[in-house]
Amino acid sequence: MLTRRFFLKSSGLAFVSFGLAPRALVRSAWAAEGNRKKKTLVVVFQRGACDGLNTVVPYGESAYRQLRPSIAIPAPRGGARDAALDLDGHFGLHPALEPLLGPFKDGSLAVVHAVGSPDATRSHFDAQDFMESGTPGRKSTEDGWMNRHLQCAPEPEASPFRAVSLTPTLPRSLAGRAPAVAMASIGRFALRPAGGDAVARGFEDMYAGAVRDVLHGTGQETFEAIEFLKKTDPGRYVPAAGAYYPRGPYGDSLKQIAQLVKADVGVEMAFTEVGGWDHHAAEGGVLGQLAARLRELGQSLAAFQRDLGERMQDVVLVTLTEFGRTVRENGNRGTDHGHASVSFVMGGGVRGGTVHGRWPGLSPDRLYEGRDLAVTTDFRDLLGELLTRHLGARDLAPVFPGFDARPAHFPGVMRA
Amino acid sequence: MKRGLARASAVVAMIALAVPTVVASGPPPSPSDEDARIVHALNRLGYGPRPGDVEAVRAMGLEKWIDRQLHPERIDDGAVRSRLVGYPTLGLPVGKLIEGYEVPREVKREIQKKRAEMDGASEEDTARTRRELMKELGGSMQGMQGRPRQVVEELQTAKVVRAVYSQRQLDEVLVDFWMNHFNVFAGKGPEKFLVGAYERDVIRPHAWGRFEDLLKATAESPAMLFYLDNWLSSSPDAQPRARARRGGLLRPGRPAPADPQQGQGRKRGLNENYAREVMELHTLGVDGGYTQKDVTEVARCFTGWTIRGLRQGDPAFVFDGRIHDGKDKVVLGQRIKGGGQGEGQQVLHLLATHPATARFISMKLARRFVADDPPAALVDRAAATFRKTGGDIRAVVAAIVESPEFVSAEARSAKVKTPLEFVASAVRASGAEVEDGRELARRIGEMGMPLYMQQPPTGYKDTSEAWVSTSGLLSRLNLALDLAAGRVRGVSVDAASLAPDVLFPAGLSEPTRKTLEREPGLDAARVAGLVLGSPEFQRR
Repeated sequence: MLTRRFFLKSSGLAFVSFGLAPRALVRSAWAAEGNRKKKTLVVVFQRGACDGLNTVVPYGESAYRQLRPSIAIPAPRGGARDAALDLDGHFGLHPALEPLLGPFKDGSLAVVHAVGSPDATRSHFDAQDFMESGTPGRKSTEDGWMNRHLQCAPEPEASPFRAVSLTPTLPRSLAGRAPAVAMASIGRFALRPAGGDAVARGFEDMYAGAVRDVLHGTGQETFEAIEFLKKTDPGRYVPAAGAYYPRGPYGDSLKQIAQLVKADVGVEMAFTEVGGWDHHAAEGGVLGQLAARLRELGQSLAAFQRDLGERMQDVVLVTLTEFGRTVRENGNRGTDHGHASVSFVMGGGVRGGTVHGRWPGLSPDRLYEGRDLAVTTDFRDLLGELLTRHLGARDLAPVFPGFDARPAHFPGVMRA
Repeated sequence: MKRGLARASAVVAMIALAVPTVVASGPPPSPSDEDARIVHALNRLGYGPRPGDVEAVRAMGLEKWIDRQLHPERIDDGAVRSRLVGYPTLGLPVGKLIEGYEVPREVKREIQKKRAEMDGASEEDTARTRRELMKELGGSMQGMQGRPRQVVEELQTAKVVRAVYSQRQLDEVLVDFWMNHFNVFAGKGPEKFLVGAYERDVIRPHAWGRFEDLLKATAESPAMLFYLDNWLSSSPDAQPRARARRGGLLRPGRPAPADPQQGQGRKRGLNENYAREVMELHTLGVDGGYTQKDVTEVARCFTGWTIRGLRQGDPAFVFDGRIHDGKDKVVLGQRIKGGGQGEGQQVLHLLATHPATARFISMKLARRFVADDPPAALVDRAAATFRKTGGDIRAVVAAIVESPEFVSAEARSAKVKTPLEFVASAVRASGAEVEDGRELARRIGEMGMPLYMQQPPTGYKDTSEAWVSTSGLLSRLNLALDLAAGRVRGVSVDAASLAPDVLFPAGLSEPTRKTLEREPGLDAARVAGLVLGSPEFQRR
């Protein structure tokens, strides 16, 4: 392999700050590399097990209110802010997710309910691991499902940003043989400036020269990414009009993903995560802990969509969480670890405005192990659909080994 | 400035002297192959050379040095012990650790409640409320000697300190190997209080003994029983137990769910987690010839192997016959008669003495010490030693590190350093003084190897591709620059003491050498930074 060199070092691009760059220049520079209009899948992992039942509320079920006397979200009342926001006469959004009501109504946002892993574990550790490896019940899988997708479609000339995680270390989902970049933030992905140009040049030359070494390619990718990001000025990035990202790591990471997508640097898979969903006590209802997290989620997703604007046609964003929470609230006005939860899917080609998935119901005989929302959509069928219909994956068998993923099982969130 | 320049040119001069094979303009004096072998041994049987190490090993003789490293009990290691005096949690029994460092339950609950009430409040208000709460709850927290976080932090730091300063270098490498082979994850609930004792009392004392003893010790350790959930595993026929009392007091036969706040009334039954991993990862290997049926049968043998007193007193292994499946089993074609705790012991013996295990362990050791894909002949000989000696770990390690393959030219620099190996070797090479290793441990985590924090039971990978990534490489380059410039908190360094000719007796690569020569204006710190960040220093 001669090089993964993809940046146009000698081009005018080196002197523009992306985000402020004349769009035409950037676009034309990238068209040749095939990165223009590259399809992108963004995965947002909610670590800690989000309560799907208070996120997308099955207000039409009497059992919902009975089992959650202190934390149930009231049924919609004509758009009142202290009640669920109606989606389809049976489900309603948590009122803190108000920013997502518009996207749902205009058809760019879909909900998949009762989605999850078939594995029975209620351990965060195991369930996250299973969801990220893409192999429920199998702990020794070494790589993640996102990385295996990249392995299946190798691109020798791929951008170092083909797979990006806005996290300090590479998440399990992206671990594996295919190159992937983890960055705590775009701004910090840089060599220590104190070393000066001579040091930077020195490192680059050393790694460029080490042609027989596996480190050679990684070195090239690293310096190219550094070089490119040096030309950008993340602090000066201005999201599109009307896109207000909430302050905090979550809004920041989605803003940076939007920035990379808009810069056409060849992002195919992006990952970020947000914690704080494990509400065993004082979960709250319309207000409270969960509401605060959902507000941040809703604002971030809505800002991301608005920021990307027309470019959102090439992007699909999906939220995942390792499992849901008990239907019945516990003695501490919280919920314990359960089974199925809910996913949001947003972007181009999404069959939005619909709550997808077969609803298993909340009557006692329908509950999983007598207490939890049953899983009716295997998360691999959801992800398999996104890989197939959005990223154009041809074979899911290597991505989800041992799983029979077929279009017939897809939840149908994408226009086929 | 002048002095810096003088130093830099001295360093470059040393580098120039150190490049026999790649220099076009005539061969400078070549260091002896003996020195290259010494550096190789220091890199593989330890965490790399420190200034003066090569001379010391040369004086002693390499073979004698290796033999000494194979018998760590003969090496005085008082120096590293005295460096670890300031870590109060390291020597504590688990019970004392929980007593002194776990946040009391009622405090946890209060904090959670308050946090909910404070939703939407300003940062200032939240901080004030937290302070008030801490004051209010001070009584309940009086017994606390430190935060739970400190327990893992001290473990991580101690690991770095040992890697850098221990005279028993091979011992530290082997303990790390077994910790990784029998991986547990400090981030899983109370596991953080069990990991230290696991390394200290389970892995370390058995690292050089019989493999079967090591395997049994891990099987009976609360750390492994908890991590791989065997403590929850019970016969599906066993009477359902009442839910554990509030506070999670655990008695024999009364295992509470892994998370004490979850799973009231959870249906219990067989848990195959440990049964699968003990065969796949600890002994036979994934292709070791067992079936799903074997997994289930082994799981049934291990029902009742559980933990008592995890939260109160001292957690300990206990066999609880009441949740044991007493029926007969067949494991790997061998009949195991229902007989309580003895069944598990029988399974462990069967696995430890299985030929697939001899091969799997030998292959992993050879991968660690020789190459990612070790020569088959070497693995065969090591496996034969394993079988012949009844799994004598010292004999197997000796068979590998005293082999011709170990010192062969192909083996040299064939391995990419793990983050721990990179950081420890950089600190050793630069002769740095570590007063506080926490920042170093943090950097290792940033490079993708948070110590004691690997979730999957596979442990960290021991092959190159796992450690070659953009974020990882960038973190290494920055650590190299920071270390050489004295910008790593708690570590002081004299960049001039870095001697590339010692580090690379076979010579720096041409690109690296040319790069250094071309930049004569660089001060010693930058030269050292470049050398520590060079492709060749990422290898061992």
